[in-house]
Amino acid sequence: MSKAHVYNRDHINTDEIIPARYLNTDDEQELAEHCMEGLDKDFVSKVAEGDVIVAGEDFGCGSSREHAVWAIRGAKVGTVIAKSFARIFYRNAINCGFYLIESADGPGQINDGDELEIDYKTGLIKDKTTGIDITFNPLPDFALGIINDGGLLEHIKKKM
Amino acid sequence: MGMTITEKILAKAAGKESVGAGELVDAKIDIIMCHDVTTPPAISMLVEKGIDKVFDRAKIVVTPDHFQPAKDVKSAELHKRLDEWARRHDIKYYYKLGRAGVCHALLPEQGHIRPGEVIVGGDSHTCTYGAFAAFSTGIGSTDLAAAIATGELWFKAPASIKLVLNGSPAPGVYSKDVILAVIARIGVDGALYKALEFAGSTLSEMSMEARMTMTNMAIEAGAKNGIIGFDDITKQYLDEHLKDKKDYTIFESDSDAEYERIEEFDCSTMEPMVALPHLPSGGVPVSQCSGGAMDQAYIGSCTNGRIEDLRVAAKILEGKEAAIRTIVVPATPSIWKQAKDEGLFDIFYSAGCVIAAPTCGACLGGFMGVLAAGEKCISTTNRNFVGRMGHPESEVYLASPATAAASAVEGKITDPRKYI
Repeated sequence: MSKAHVYNRDHINTDEIIPARYLNTDDEQELAEHCMEGLDKDFVSKVAEGDVIVAGEDFGCGSSREHAVWAIRGAKVGTVIAKSFARIFYRNAINCGFYLIESADGPGQINDGDELEIDYKTGLIKDKTTGIDITFNPLPDFALGIINDGGLLEHIKKKM
Repeated sequence: MGMTITEKILAKAAGKESVGAGELVDAKIDIIMCHDVTTPPAISMLVEKGIDKVFDRAKIVVTPDHFQPAKDVKSAELHKRLDEWARRHDIKYYYKLGRAGVCHALLPEQGHIRPGEVIVGGDSHTCTYGAFAAFSTGIGSTDLAAAIATGELWFKAPASIKLVLNGSPAPGVYSKDVILAVIARIGVDGALYKALEFAGSTLSEMSMEARMTMTNMAIEAGAKNGIIGFDDITKQYLDEHLKDKKDYTIFESDSDAEYERIEEFDCSTMEPMVALPHLPSGGVPVSQCSGGAMDQAYIGSCTNGRIEDLRVAAKILEGKEAAIRTIVVPATPSIWKQAKDEGLFDIFYSAGCVIAAPTCGACLGGFMGVLAAGEKCISTTNRNFVGRMGHPESEVYLASPATAAASAVEGKITDPRKYI
Protein backbone atom coordinates (compact mmCIF):
# COMPACT_ATOMS: atom_id res chain seq x y z
CA MET A 1 0.00 0.00 0.00
CA SER A 2 1.26 3.45 -0.91
CA LYS A 3 0.41 6.76 0.69
CA ALA A 4 -0.37 9.73 -1.54
CA HIS A 5 1.46 13.02 -1.07
CA VAL A 6 -0.65 15.48 -3.02
CA TYR A 7 0.70 18.77 -4.38
CA ASN A 8 -2.22 20.43 -6.03
CA ARG A 9 -0.09 22.47 -8.41
CA ASP A 10 0.98 22.64 -12.05
CA HIS A 11 4.56 23.19 -13.29
CA ILE A 12 6.37 21.72 -10.29
CA ASN A 13 9.87 22.25 -11.63
CA THR A 14 13.27 20.65 -11.26
CA ASP A 15 14.53 23.55 -9.13
CA GLU A 16 11.84 22.64 -6.60
CA ILE A 17 12.41 18.88 -6.87
CA ILE A 18 16.18 19.21 -6.38
CA PRO A 19 17.57 22.76 -6.10
CA ALA A 20 20.67 23.38 -8.24
CA ARG A 21 22.81 24.10 -5.18
CA TYR A 22 22.84 20.33 -4.62
CA LEU A 23 23.93 19.46 -8.16
CA ASN A 24 27.55 19.36 -7.09
CA THR A 25 26.91 15.70 -6.30
CA ASP A 26 25.27 12.83 -8.16
CA ASP A 27 25.07 10.57 -5.11
CA GLU A 28 21.49 9.33 -5.06
CA GLN A 29 21.20 9.10 -1.26
CA GLU A 30 22.60 12.58 -0.79
CA LEU A 31 20.20 13.97 -3.40
CA ALA A 32 17.33 12.10 -1.74
CA GLU A 33 17.92 14.04 1.49
CA HIS A 34 16.89 17.19 -0.39
CA CYS A 35 14.06 15.71 -2.46
CA MET A 36 11.26 18.26 -3.07
CA GLU A 37 13.06 20.69 -0.76
CA GLY A 38 12.22 23.74 -2.86
CA LEU A 39 8.52 22.93 -2.56
CA ASP A 40 8.08 21.15 0.77
CA LYS A 41 10.89 21.08 3.32
CA ASP A 42 9.12 18.33 5.29
CA PHE A 43 8.69 15.94 2.37
CA VAL A 44 11.69 13.77 3.19
CA SER A 45 10.65 13.33 6.82
CA LYS A 46 7.13 12.20 5.96
CA VAL A 47 7.67 10.01 2.88
CA ALA A 48 7.85 6.22 3.32
CA GLU A 49 9.05 3.59 0.90
CA GLY A 50 6.64 3.08 -1.96
CA ASP A 51 4.70 6.30 -1.37
CA VAL A 52 3.38 8.29 -4.31
CA ILE A 53 3.67 11.95 -5.32
CA VAL A 54 0.49 13.33 -6.92
CA ALA A 55 0.58 16.60 -8.89
CA GLY A 56 -0.97 18.60 -11.71
CA GLU A 57 0.22 19.48 -15.19
CA ASP A 58 3.80 19.64 -16.50
CA PHE A 59 5.51 17.95 -13.54
CA GLY A 60 9.31 18.12 -13.76
CA CYS A 61 9.57 21.11 -16.07
CA GLY A 62 12.81 23.04 -16.38
CA SER A 63 16.29 21.59 -16.30
CA SER A 64 17.45 18.36 -17.92
CA ARG A 65 18.98 17.28 -14.60
CA GLU A 66 18.32 13.58 -14.13
CA HIS A 67 19.16 14.34 -10.51
CA ALA A 68 15.44 15.14 -10.15
CA VAL A 69 14.51 11.54 -10.95
CA TRP A 70 17.36 10.22 -8.80
CA ALA A 71 16.29 12.35 -5.81
CA ILE A 72 12.74 11.02 -6.05
CA ARG A 73 13.88 7.44 -6.57
CA GLY A 74 16.46 7.80 -3.80
CA ALA A 75 13.71 8.94 -1.42
CA LYS A 76 12.09 5.55 -2.19
CA VAL A 77 9.07 7.13 -3.85
CA GLY A 78 7.22 4.44 -5.83
CA THR A 79 5.90 6.61 -8.64
CA VAL A 80 4.62 10.06 -9.53
CA ILE A 81 1.03 10.48 -10.72
CA ALA A 82 0.57 13.73 -12.65
CA LYS A 83 -1.84 15.15 -15.20
CA SER A 84 1.14 15.59 -17.51
CA PHE A 85 4.93 15.53 -17.37
CA ALA A 86 7.58 17.78 -18.83
CA ARG A 87 9.32 16.10 -21.72
CA ILE A 88 12.90 15.69 -20.50
CA PHE A 89 11.84 14.58 -17.00
CA TYR A 90 9.53 11.95 -18.50
CA ARG A 91 12.24 10.66 -20.80
CA ASN A 92 14.81 10.62 -18.01
CA ALA A 93 12.47 8.58 -15.82
CA ILE A 94 11.94 5.96 -18.52
CA ASN A 95 15.68 5.84 -19.19
CA CYS A 96 16.26 5.22 -15.47
CA GLY A 97 13.64 2.46 -15.40
CA PHE A 98 11.36 4.58 -13.19
CA TYR A 99 7.66 4.24 -13.98
CA LEU A 100 5.55 7.43 -14.14
CA ILE A 101 1.76 7.55 -14.35
CA GLU A 102 0.10 10.13 -16.54
CA SER A 103 -3.51 10.51 -15.47
CA ALA A 104 -5.94 13.31 -16.21
CA ASP A 105 -8.38 11.99 -13.59
CA GLY A 106 -6.18 10.92 -10.68
CA PRO A 107 -4.96 14.31 -9.48
CA GLY A 108 -8.06 16.08 -8.24
CA GLN A 109 -9.66 12.89 -6.96
CA ILE A 110 -6.83 11.58 -4.83
CA ASN A 111 -6.53 13.32 -1.46
CA ASP A 112 -3.40 13.90 0.54
CA GLY A 113 -2.81 10.86 2.74
CA ASP A 114 -5.03 8.47 0.76
CA GLU A 115 -3.84 4.88 0.59
CA LEU A 116 -3.36 3.73 -3.00
CA GLU A 117 -2.90 0.37 -4.64
CA ILE A 118 -1.53 0.50 -8.17
CA ASP A 119 -1.65 -2.17 -10.86
CA TYR A 120 0.88 -1.04 -13.47
CA LYS A 121 0.07 -3.85 -15.90
CA THR A 122 -3.61 -3.11 -16.28
CA GLY A 123 -3.39 0.61 -15.56
CA LEU A 124 -5.50 0.82 -12.42
CA ILE A 125 -5.16 2.97 -9.31
CA LYS A 126 -7.36 1.82 -6.42
CA ASP A 127 -7.87 4.57 -3.86
CA LYS A 128 -8.46 2.44 -0.76
CA THR A 129 -9.38 5.46 1.35
CA THR A 130 -12.17 6.76 -0.88
CA GLY A 131 -12.99 3.54 -2.70
CA ILE A 132 -12.59 5.22 -6.08
CA ASP A 133 -10.96 3.35 -8.99
CA ILE A 134 -8.97 5.40 -11.48
CA THR A 135 -7.71 3.96 -14.75
CA PHE A 136 -4.68 5.14 -16.68
CA ASN A 137 -2.97 4.20 -19.93
CA PRO A 138 0.02 1.98 -19.21
CA LEU A 139 3.27 3.16 -20.82
CA PRO A 140 3.68 2.31 -24.51
CA ASP A 141 5.56 -0.90 -25.39
CA PHE A 142 8.83 0.74 -26.43
CA ALA A 143 9.02 2.53 -23.07
CA LEU A 144 8.10 -0.63 -21.19
CA GLY A 145 10.84 -2.40 -23.11
CA ILE A 146 13.37 0.04 -21.69
CA ILE A 147 11.94 -0.13 -18.16
CA ASN A 148 11.75 -3.94 -18.17
CA ASP A 149 15.39 -4.13 -19.25
CA GLY A 150 16.28 -2.01 -16.22
CA GLY A 151 16.85 1.26 -18.06
CA LEU A 152 18.19 2.57 -21.35
CA LEU A 153 21.80 1.51 -20.92
CA GLU A 154 20.91 -2.12 -20.20
CA HIS A 155 18.50 -1.89 -23.12
CA ILE A 156 21.16 -0.71 -25.60
CA LYS A 157 23.77 -3.10 -24.21
CA LYS A 158 21.61 -5.92 -25.51
CA LYS A 159 21.93 -4.48 -29.00
CA MET A 160 25.64 -3.68 -28.82
CA MET B 1 2.02 16.33 -47.50
CA GLY B 2 5.21 18.31 -47.04
CA MET B 3 7.56 18.16 -44.11
CA THR B 4 8.75 20.70 -41.58
CA ILE B 5 12.45 21.47 -41.24
CA THR B 6 12.49 19.50 -37.97
CA GLU B 7 10.99 16.42 -39.67
CA LYS B 8 13.45 16.69 -42.56
CA ILE B 9 16.50 16.81 -40.31
CA LEU B 10 15.26 13.85 -38.26
CA ALA B 11 14.49 11.91 -41.45
CA LYS B 12 18.02 12.45 -42.73
CA ALA B 13 19.51 11.46 -39.37
CA ALA B 14 17.39 8.31 -39.32
CA GLY B 15 18.21 7.41 -42.92
CA LYS B 16 14.58 7.68 -43.98
CA GLU B 17 12.84 9.35 -46.90
CA SER B 18 10.30 11.02 -44.68
CA VAL B 19 9.26 11.31 -41.07
CA GLY B 20 5.93 12.49 -39.72
CA ALA B 21 5.01 13.97 -36.35
CA GLY B 22 4.66 11.29 -33.69
CA GLU B 23 6.91 8.80 -35.49
CA LEU B 24 9.62 7.08 -33.45
CA VAL B 25 13.04 7.17 -35.07
CA ASP B 26 16.58 6.12 -34.21
CA ALA B 27 18.63 9.13 -35.20
CA LYS B 28 22.36 9.43 -35.68
CA ILE B 29 23.86 12.21 -33.57
CA ASP B 30 26.26 14.73 -35.11
CA ILE B 31 27.40 16.67 -32.04
CA ILE B 32 27.16 15.95 -28.31
CA MET B 33 27.64 18.78 -25.82
CA CYS B 34 29.03 17.77 -22.41
CA HIS B 35 29.33 19.94 -19.27
CA ASP B 36 30.26 19.55 -15.63
CA VAL B 37 26.90 18.72 -14.03
CA THR B 38 25.24 16.07 -16.19
CA THR B 39 28.24 14.45 -17.88
CA PRO B 40 30.12 13.08 -14.82
CA PRO B 41 27.11 10.92 -13.86
CA ALA B 42 26.89 9.72 -17.48
CA ILE B 43 30.56 8.74 -17.37
CA SER B 44 30.01 6.81 -14.13
CA MET B 45 27.10 4.94 -15.70
CA LEU B 46 29.18 3.96 -18.72
CA VAL B 47 32.02 2.71 -16.55
CA GLU B 48 29.63 0.82 -14.29
CA LYS B 49 27.90 -0.87 -17.24
CA GLY B 50 31.22 -1.82 -18.81
CA ILE B 51 30.70 0.29 -21.94
CA ASP B 52 33.19 3.06 -21.27
CA LYS B 53 33.74 4.18 -24.85
CA VAL B 54 33.00 7.15 -27.08
CA PHE B 55 31.47 6.72 -30.52
CA ASP B 56 33.54 9.48 -32.11
CA ARG B 57 36.06 11.62 -30.24
CA ALA B 58 35.66 14.41 -32.80
CA LYS B 59 31.89 14.74 -32.34
CA ILE B 60 31.91 15.44 -28.62
CA VAL B 61 32.47 18.95 -27.30
CA VAL B 62 33.33 19.31 -23.61
CA THR B 63 33.30 22.44 -21.49
CA PRO B 64 32.83 22.76 -17.76
CA ASP B 65 30.60 25.79 -17.18
CA HIS B 66 28.01 25.47 -14.42
CA PHE B 67 30.32 25.57 -11.42
CA GLN B 68 33.44 26.77 -13.15
CA PRO B 69 36.01 27.57 -11.91
CA ALA B 70 35.18 24.92 -9.29
CA LYS B 71 33.16 26.60 -6.56
CA ASP B 72 33.72 23.99 -3.87
CA VAL B 73 35.26 20.59 -3.25
CA LYS B 74 32.31 18.65 -4.61
CA SER B 75 32.21 20.57 -7.88
CA ALA B 76 35.99 20.20 -8.13
CA GLU B 77 35.41 16.44 -7.94
CA LEU B 78 32.90 16.69 -10.81
CA HIS B 79 35.44 18.63 -12.87
CA LYS B 80 38.10 16.07 -12.07
CA ARG B 81 35.89 13.21 -13.27
CA LEU B 82 35.08 15.14 -16.45
CA ASP B 83 38.73 15.97 -17.05
CA GLU B 84 39.96 12.40 -16.52
CA TRP B 85 37.36 11.07 -18.91
CA ALA B 86 38.02 13.70 -21.61
CA ARG B 87 41.74 12.98 -21.48
CA ARG B 88 41.29 9.19 -21.33
CA HIS B 89 39.29 9.27 -24.54
CA ASP B 90 41.32 12.05 -26.13
CA ILE B 91 38.21 14.14 -26.76
CA LYS B 92 39.15 16.43 -29.62
CA TYR B 93 37.24 19.52 -28.53
CA TYR B 94 37.81 19.94 -24.81
CA TYR B 95 37.68 23.54 -23.57
CA LYS B 96 39.51 23.68 -20.26
CA LEU B 97 39.58 26.51 -17.77
CA GLY B 98 40.73 29.63 -19.56
CA ARG B 99 39.07 28.45 -22.77
CA ALA B 100 35.87 27.14 -21.19
CA GLY B 101 32.66 29.12 -21.40
CA VAL B 102 28.92 28.91 -21.02
CA CYS B 103 28.25 26.00 -23.34
CA HIS B 104 25.45 27.45 -25.46
CA ALA B 105 27.46 30.57 -26.21
CA LEU B 106 30.71 28.67 -26.68
CA LEU B 107 29.74 25.96 -29.16
CA PRO B 108 28.35 28.26 -31.90
CA GLU B 109 31.17 30.75 -31.37
CA GLN B 110 33.80 28.02 -31.75
CA GLY B 111 32.17 26.72 -34.91
CA HIS B 112 30.69 23.44 -33.67
CA ILE B 113 27.12 24.07 -34.80
CA ARG B 114 26.12 23.36 -38.40
CA PRO B 115 22.75 23.52 -40.15
CA GLY B 116 20.93 20.26 -40.86
CA GLU B 117 22.65 18.38 -38.04
CA VAL B 118 21.31 16.66 -34.94
CA ILE B 119 22.83 18.03 -31.75
CA VAL B 120 22.14 16.84 -28.22
CA GLY B 121 23.50 18.08 -24.94
CA GLY B 122 23.13 17.27 -21.29
CA ASP B 123 21.42 20.57 -20.64
CA SER B 124 17.87 21.71 -21.24
CA HIS B 125 18.94 24.87 -23.06
CA THR B 126 20.64 22.85 -25.78
CA CYS B 127 17.65 23.95 -27.87
CA THR B 128 19.64 27.18 -28.41
CA TYR B 129 21.48 25.70 -31.41
CA GLY B 130 18.24 25.43 -33.38
CA ALA B 131 18.89 29.06 -34.37
CA PHE B 132 21.26 27.55 -36.96
CA ALA B 133 18.59 25.48 -38.78
CA ALA B 134 19.69 22.40 -36.81
CA PHE B 135 17.69 19.95 -34.68
CA SER B 136 18.95 20.40 -31.17
CA THR B 137 17.54 19.22 -27.87
CA GLY B 138 18.43 18.77 -24.22
CA ILE B 139 18.78 15.34 -22.66
CA GLY B 140 19.52 13.83 -19.25
CA SER B 141 22.54 11.85 -18.14
CA THR B 142 21.35 8.39 -19.19
CA ASP B 143 20.53 9.57 -22.71
CA LEU B 144 23.86 11.34 -22.74
CA ALA B 145 25.64 8.12 -21.78
CA ALA B 146 23.82 6.22 -24.52
CA ALA B 147 24.63 8.90 -27.10
CA ILE B 148 28.30 9.02 -26.11
CA ALA B 149 28.67 5.25 -26.44
CA THR B 150 26.57 4.64 -29.55
CA GLY B 151 26.16 7.94 -31.43
CA GLU B 152 22.43 7.28 -31.67
CA LEU B 153 19.26 8.09 -29.75
CA TRP B 154 15.58 7.41 -30.18
CA PHE B 155 13.30 10.36 -30.76
CA LYS B 156 9.62 10.83 -31.22
CA ALA B 157 9.39 13.35 -34.06
CA PRO B 158 7.62 16.37 -32.61
CA ALA B 159 4.66 18.14 -34.13
CA SER B 160 5.52 21.76 -34.93
CA ILE B 161 4.07 25.06 -33.84
CA LYS B 162 4.93 27.93 -36.14
CA LEU B 163 5.55 31.33 -34.60
CA VAL B 164 5.28 34.07 -37.20
CA LEU B 165 7.05 37.23 -36.05
CA ASN B 166 6.29 40.33 -38.07
CA GLY B 167 7.08 44.01 -37.71
CA SER B 168 10.17 45.88 -36.54
CA PRO B 169 10.68 45.99 -32.79
CA ALA B 170 10.90 49.56 -31.51
CA PRO B 171 14.21 50.86 -30.12
CA GLY B 172 14.66 49.37 -26.66
CA VAL B 173 12.79 46.20 -27.57
CA TYR B 174 14.95 43.13 -28.19
CA SER B 175 14.61 39.46 -29.05
CA LYS B 176 14.46 38.71 -25.31
CA ASP B 177 11.31 40.82 -25.10
CA VAL B 178 9.88 38.97 -28.08
CA ILE B 179 10.46 35.53 -26.59
CA LEU B 180 9.09 36.62 -23.20
CA ALA B 181 5.97 37.87 -25.01
CA VAL B 182 5.70 34.57 -26.88
CA ILE B 183 5.95 32.50 -23.69
CA ALA B 184 3.54 34.82 -21.88
CA ARG B 185 0.99 34.04 -24.58
CA ILE B 186 1.49 30.31 -25.10
CA GLY B 187 2.48 29.35 -21.54
CA VAL B 188 5.29 27.31 -19.99
CA ASP B 189 3.78 24.11 -21.37
CA GLY B 190 2.27 25.70 -24.47
CA ALA B 191 4.68 23.80 -26.69
CA LEU B 192 5.12 20.67 -24.55
CA TYR B 193 6.81 17.92 -26.64
CA LYS B 194 6.59 20.17 -29.73
CA ALA B 195 8.97 21.93 -32.09
CA LEU B 196 8.77 25.72 -31.97
CA GLU B 197 9.56 26.99 -35.45
CA PHE B 198 10.27 30.71 -35.69
CA ALA B 199 9.43 32.48 -38.94
CA GLY B 200 8.42 35.90 -40.24
CA SER B 201 9.96 39.15 -41.39
CA THR B 202 11.26 40.21 -37.96
CA LEU B 203 13.94 37.52 -38.17
CA SER B 204 15.69 39.37 -40.98
CA GLU B 205 16.35 42.18 -38.48
CA MET B 206 17.85 39.84 -35.89
CA SER B 207 21.48 38.78 -35.61
CA MET B 208 22.37 35.17 -34.83
CA GLU B 209 22.99 36.24 -31.26
CA ALA B 210 19.51 37.73 -30.99
CA ARG B 211 18.01 34.61 -32.56
CA MET B 212 19.85 32.35 -30.10
CA THR B 213 18.23 34.26 -27.24
CA MET B 214 14.86 33.11 -28.58
CA THR B 215 15.65 29.48 -29.41
CA ASN B 216 17.41 29.26 -26.03
CA MET B 217 14.07 29.78 -24.31
CA ALA B 218 12.04 27.32 -26.42
CA ILE B 219 12.32 24.91 -23.47
CA GLU B 220 10.64 27.53 -21.27
CA ALA B 221 7.51 26.89 -23.33
CA GLY B 222 8.06 23.14 -22.84
CA ALA B 223 9.33 22.61 -26.40
CA LYS B 224 11.56 19.76 -27.50
CA ASN B 225 13.40 22.05 -29.90
CA GLY B 226 13.31 25.59 -31.22
CA ILE B 227 14.33 26.13 -34.83
CA ILE B 228 14.92 28.95 -37.30
CA GLY B 229 15.46 28.53 -41.03
CA PHE B 230 18.73 29.27 -42.82
CA ASP B 231 19.32 32.67 -44.44
CA ASP B 232 22.09 35.11 -45.29
CA ILE B 233 22.51 36.07 -41.64
CA THR B 234 23.07 32.41 -40.73
CA LYS B 235 25.52 32.02 -43.60
CA GLN B 236 27.54 35.03 -42.64
CA TYR B 237 27.89 33.86 -39.04
CA LEU B 238 28.92 30.38 -40.17
CA ASP B 239 31.44 31.78 -42.67
CA GLU B 240 33.07 33.61 -39.80
CA HIS B 241 32.95 30.81 -37.22
CA LEU B 242 33.12 27.34 -38.80
CA LYS B 243 36.58 25.87 -38.61
CA ASP B 244 37.35 22.22 -39.28
CA LYS B 245 34.21 21.06 -41.04
CA LYS B 246 32.73 23.74 -43.20
CA ASP B 247 30.15 21.81 -45.24
CA TYR B 248 26.57 21.48 -44.16
CA THR B 249 23.12 20.67 -45.48
CA ILE B 250 20.37 23.25 -45.63
CA PHE B 251 16.81 22.13 -45.01
CA GLU B 252 13.72 24.27 -45.06
CA SER B 253 10.08 23.62 -44.28
CA ASP B 254 7.86 22.81 -47.25
CA SER B 255 5.11 25.27 -48.03
CA ASP B 256 2.55 22.52 -47.38
CA ALA B 257 4.19 21.28 -44.19
CA GLU B 258 1.76 20.49 -41.40
CA TYR B 259 1.70 22.63 -38.27
CA GLU B 260 -0.27 21.92 -35.16
CA ARG B 261 -1.01 25.61 -35.03
CA ILE B 262 0.33 28.94 -36.19
CA GLU B 263 0.70 31.90 -33.82
CA GLU B 264 1.32 35.39 -35.16
CA PHE B 265 3.02 38.21 -33.29
CA ASP B 266 3.31 41.87 -34.20
CA CYS B 267 6.71 42.81 -32.83
CA SER B 268 6.28 46.48 -33.78
CA THR B 269 3.80 47.02 -30.95
CA MET B 270 5.73 45.14 -28.28
CA GLU B 271 7.09 46.83 -25.19
CA PRO B 272 10.10 45.72 -23.20
CA MET B 273 8.92 42.73 -21.17
CA VAL B 274 9.58 41.54 -17.65
CA ALA B 275 8.67 38.01 -16.56
CA LEU B 276 7.47 38.24 -12.96
CA PRO B 277 8.16 35.44 -10.46
CA HIS B 278 7.89 32.47 -10.51
CA LEU B 279 7.40 31.31 -14.09
CA PRO B 280 8.99 32.40 -17.39
CA SER B 281 5.44 32.83 -18.67
CA GLY B 282 4.89 35.66 -16.20
CA GLY B 283 5.84 38.29 -18.79
CA VAL B 284 4.18 41.71 -18.61
CA PRO B 285 5.07 44.96 -20.37
CA VAL B 286 7.59 46.89 -18.28
CA SER B 287 5.10 49.73 -17.89
CA GLN B 288 3.00 47.43 -15.70
CA CYS B 289 5.75 46.66 -13.22
CA SER B 290 8.21 49.56 -13.35
CA GLY B 291 9.19 50.98 -9.99
CA GLY B 292 9.50 47.63 -8.22
CA ALA B 293 12.60 47.79 -5.99
CA MET B 294 15.43 45.36 -6.81
CA ASP B 295 18.47 44.22 -4.82
CA GLN B 296 20.59 42.92 -7.69
CA ALA B 297 20.95 43.00 -11.46
CA TYR B 298 22.52 40.05 -13.30
CA ILE B 299 23.68 40.40 -16.89
CA GLY B 300 24.95 37.17 -18.41
CA SER B 301 24.04 33.50 -19.12
CA CYS B 302 23.45 31.39 -22.22
CA THR B 303 20.42 33.57 -22.94
CA ASN B 304 22.00 37.02 -22.82
CA GLY B 305 25.71 36.89 -22.04
CA ARG B 306 26.98 37.55 -25.57
CA ILE B 307 28.88 40.58 -26.82
CA GLU B 308 25.82 42.34 -28.23
CA ASP B 309 24.11 42.00 -24.86
CA LEU B 310 27.10 43.47 -23.04
CA ARG B 311 27.26 46.36 -25.51
CA VAL B 312 23.60 47.19 -24.93
CA ALA B 313 24.06 47.08 -21.15
CA ALA B 314 27.26 49.14 -21.30
CA LYS B 315 25.64 51.84 -23.40
CA ILE B 316 23.02 52.35 -20.72
CA LEU B 317 25.46 52.15 -17.80
CA GLU B 318 28.02 54.48 -19.38
CA GLY B 319 28.78 57.43 -17.14
CA LYS B 320 26.37 56.24 -14.46
CA GLU B 321 26.61 54.43 -11.17
CA ALA B 322 24.63 51.27 -10.54
CA ALA B 323 22.30 51.76 -7.57
CA ILE B 324 22.26 48.04 -6.74
CA ARG B 325 24.69 45.10 -6.86
CA THR B 326 25.28 44.48 -10.55
CA ILE B 327 27.04 41.42 -11.87
CA VAL B 328 28.23 41.19 -15.47
CA VAL B 329 29.22 37.73 -16.72
CA PRO B 330 30.62 37.54 -20.27
CA ALA B 331 29.60 34.06 -21.45
CA THR B 332 32.89 32.96 -23.02
CA PRO B 333 36.57 33.90 -22.82
CA SER B 334 36.50 35.49 -26.28
CA ILE B 335 33.42 37.55 -25.38
CA TRP B 336 35.25 38.55 -22.20
CA LYS B 337 38.28 39.67 -24.22
CA GLN B 338 36.20 41.47 -26.80
CA ALA B 339 34.29 43.34 -24.11
CA LYS B 340 37.58 44.32 -22.52
CA ASP B 341 39.09 45.41 -25.85
CA GLU B 342 36.03 47.48 -26.69
CA GLY B 343 36.31 49.34 -23.42
CA LEU B 344 33.12 47.91 -21.95
CA PHE B 345 34.94 46.80 -18.79
CA ASP B 346 35.88 50.41 -18.09
CA ILE B 347 32.23 51.35 -18.25
CA PHE B 348 31.16 48.47 -16.01
CA TYR B 349 33.99 49.20 -13.58
CA SER B 350 33.09 52.89 -13.39
CA ALA B 351 29.46 51.98 -12.82
CA GLY B 352 30.48 49.81 -9.87
CA CYS B 353 29.64 46.46 -11.47
CA VAL B 354 31.38 43.18 -10.74
CA ILE B 355 32.84 41.60 -13.89
CA ALA B 356 33.00 37.84 -13.52
CA ALA B 357 34.79 35.11 -15.43
CA PRO B 358 32.62 33.07 -17.82
CA THR B 359 30.32 30.74 -15.85
CA CYS B 360 26.67 29.76 -15.50
CA GLY B 361 27.20 30.87 -11.92
CA ALA B 362 24.24 32.48 -10.24
CA CYS B 363 21.78 31.88 -13.09
CA LEU B 364 21.03 28.53 -11.46
CA GLY B 365 21.87 29.57 -7.93
CA GLY B 366 25.32 28.03 -8.12
CA PHE B 367 27.63 30.84 -7.02
CA MET B 368 28.83 34.33 -8.04
CA GLY B 369 25.70 36.21 -7.02
CA VAL B 370 23.34 33.91 -5.13
CA LEU B 371 20.34 35.60 -3.51
CA ALA B 372 19.40 35.76 0.18
CA ALA B 373 15.87 35.30 1.52
CA GLY B 374 13.59 38.10 0.41
CA GLU B 375 16.00 39.50 -2.18
CA LYS B 376 14.93 40.41 -5.70
CA CYS B 377 17.04 40.21 -8.82
CA ILE B 378 16.41 41.53 -12.30
CA SER B 379 18.17 39.05 -14.53
CA THR B 380 18.88 38.47 -18.21
CA THR B 381 18.69 34.70 -17.63
CA ASN B 382 15.98 32.26 -18.66
CA ARG B 383 14.30 30.91 -15.52
CA ASN B 384 12.64 32.55 -12.54
CA PHE B 385 11.43 29.43 -10.75
CA VAL B 386 11.17 29.39 -6.96
CA GLY B 387 14.70 29.36 -5.56
CA ARG B 388 16.32 29.42 -8.98
CA MET B 389 19.01 31.94 -8.06
CA GLY B 390 19.26 31.18 -4.37
CA HIS B 391 16.98 31.16 -1.34
CA PRO B 392 13.47 29.79 -1.95
CA GLU B 393 12.10 33.13 -0.75
CA SER B 394 14.12 35.16 -3.24
CA GLU B 395 12.60 36.43 -6.48
CA VAL B 396 13.88 36.56 -10.06
CA TYR B 397 12.54 38.96 -12.71
CA LEU B 398 13.54 38.04 -16.27
CA ALA B 399 14.31 40.83 -18.72
CA SER B 400 16.55 42.00 -21.56
CA PRO B 401 20.08 43.31 -20.94
CA ALA B 402 18.75 46.83 -21.59
CA THR B 403 16.01 46.53 -18.99
CA ALA B 404 18.40 44.92 -16.50
CA ALA B 405 20.96 47.70 -17.02
CA ALA B 406 18.38 50.49 -16.74
CA SER B 407 17.03 48.83 -13.60
CA ALA B 408 20.56 48.60 -12.21
CA VAL B 409 20.96 52.35 -12.66
CA GLU B 410 17.75 53.18 -10.84
CA GLY B 411 17.65 50.29 -8.38
CA LYS B 412 14.14 49.45 -9.44
CA ILE B 413 12.46 47.97 -12.50
CA THR B 414 12.94 50.60 -15.18
CA ASP B 415 11.81 51.02 -18.77
CA PRO B 416 15.09 51.10 -20.73
CA ARG B 417 13.66 53.28 -23.49
CA LYS B 418 14.32 56.44 -21.50
CA TYR B 419 18.04 55.66 -21.73
CA ILE B 420 18.11 54.85 -25.46
